This record gives sequence, C-alpha cells and structure tokens, in this order.
Amino acid sequence: MKKGKMAALRAAFPYTIPIFAGFWFLGLTYGIYMNVSGFNFLYPCLMSLTIFAGSMEFITVDMLLGAFNPIQAFFMTLMVNARHIFYGISMLDKFKGTGLKKLYLIFGMCDESFSINYTAKVPIGIDKGWFMFFVTLLNHFYWFFGATLGGIFGSLITFDTKGLDFVMTAMFVVIFLEQWLKDKKHINAVTGLVLSTLCLFIFGKNNFMLPAMAAILIALTVMRKPLEKGGVA
Amino acid sequence: MSVTQQIITIAVVVLGTMVTRFLPFIVFPSGKPTPKYIQYLGKVLPAAVFGLLIVYSLKNVNIFTGSHGIPELIAIAVVVLLHLWKRQMLLSIAGGTICYMLLVQLVF
Repeated sequence: MKKGKMAALRAAFPYTIPIFAGFWFLGLTYGIYMNVSGFNFLYPCLMSLTIFAGSMEFITVDMLLGAFNPIQAFFMTLMVNARHIFYGISMLDKFKGTGLKKLYLIFGMCDESFSINYTAKVPIGIDKGWFMFFVTLLNHFYWFFGATLGGIFGSLITFDTKGLDFVMTAMFVVIFLEQWLKDKKHINAVTGLVLSTLCLFIFGKNNFMLPAMAAILIALTVMRKPLEKGGVA
Repeated sequence: MSVTQQIITIAVVVLGTMVTRFLPFIVFPSGKPTPKYIQYLGKVLPAAVFGLLIVYSLKNVNIFTGSHGIPELIAIAVVVLLHLWKRQMLLSIAGGTICYMLLVQLVF
C-alpha cells in the first residue's frame, strides 16, 4: 500500500506542474494583497488552508475591510462558488469507492483540482483514489505556500503597491473571457454584466450584491426556454 | 470589524464554500439523474456570475469623479488583448495589473 501511495504521488505530480506555477503566483499575490491591506500573515495562511477557493479568498479580503455582514457574505459565497455544485455533480461517480479520502477530495475540489481529476487519465496500476488525493493535496499545498509566503514577505516589498488590488479585476476578466470563448452564445454572460451594473447604480456599492444575484437567477430562469432553444444550454 | 467578527466572516465563507462542494454528494445520491433545472443552471450560471464578479471588483470606481474609470478601462483592455493574443492566464493578469499600477502611480 505504501508503495502504491508513492506511485500515485509520482503519477499525480506532473499533472500539477502548471497549477504550481499559477498557484504560486496568484497565492503570492493574494498573500501580498492581504499584507498591504493590513492583515497579519496568519490570515492568508489560515484562509488559504480552510477556504481554498481562490477568487472567494480575494473577495473575503474585501469583505473583511468592509462592514460586518455575515448574511451577505454567506450568500455571496454560495453564488461565487455555485459552480462547485456542478463540479460535484460531475464527480459523483468518480469519487465513488475512495473511502475516507472522499471527504478531502470534496473539501479540496477547487476549479483546478476538479479540472485535473475530471479530465486526467489515471495510469494503469495506479490507485485512482490516491491519485486524485495527491492532485488535490499538491494543489492545496502550492496555494497555501504561496499565500503564506506573500503574507510574510509582503511587508518587505519596497516598491509602491498602489493599484495592486487590480489583480482581482484582472483575474475575473480573464475567467470571464475564458468562459466567453468557450460558450457559443453570450446572452447569459451579458445578462450577468448588465444586471449587476444596473443593481450597482440602483442600490449602491454596499447593497447591490444580493439584489444582483437574485436578478440574475430570476432572469436566467425566465430565459430558460429561449436559451435552451438557442443552444446555450 | 472586530477580530471576532472577522473570524465569523471567514467561518461563514468556509461554510458557504463547503455547502457548494458537499451538497451534490448529499442531495444527489449516485444513480439518480440530476434535475433538468439544476443541469440548466450549471451551464448558464458560471458566465453570468463571472460578469457579476467583474462588476463587484470594480464597485469602488466612480465614473463621475476622479479619473472617471479611465485607468480601469485601459487596464481591462490590456488584459483582454493580452489574453486573446497569448491565451496565458498569468501573463494576462500580471500584464494588466502592472499596467494599472503604472497608470495610477505615474499618469493619473
């Protein structure tokens, strides 16, 4: 069994190399961002371990700097991470028979771990459960490592970090664009942009998220028939 | 925000994230088909939510005062062009962020 684990780790590692580069960079930026926002390195360290959902951790920094509003925080998390529900649905069968590891596989199912575990062909003779376990664990470690380092050494940065918070916008623009390039039709993407902007103007920057989320859900539900007909879904 | 409030906020985010990850395994025991409406949302929701996130991350920009959102607009254009050109996530993010930092520090 010990040997089996090592083999699974060796098989899993190459798949995670691209994630290593990405998580190292984004994690480091996230740690520095928390540092320059005035947080002790323990924050990125613990948040990267427990939340382990990159975009949500950036948003949490912003929420921690604002007014205390746990209900909005909860619903915002549900909306931002709603896609995980659909990852889970896709992994129902793949996670079968992985024993207790299943709990960690579900806990650590970020976008990147999902995309590797969903698409990778596990080599013959390698335990599928341990393979997915190590993919998840390695990714988790890269993110934690980068975030903590950023949190510790962020204070040593001597250049002007004004504008660094744009990294969050840049990240969302890239994710949005990737999704856009993948989709055939863009009514849903445009709906998200337009309704959010409208709600921002109507409700103001502190109160627009919940109405925006509700508006998007309602609009997508109403548009179900035409959208399904149009071939988006 | 007090430290207790911060801990509650982080705990709520952890809880919310865990709900989205564990829910399917609790609600849809393997073998049963997923409801059509949920499948539909799974396809159309991500793009809309990513749009919402862009607006969220720009919520502090005021187009009527200050630099009128011009540096944001330029930097977003740089991100989009870099990404369409090279399709390298990290390059697009780093390039756009550096561009934005230069703009707000040196130009605006």
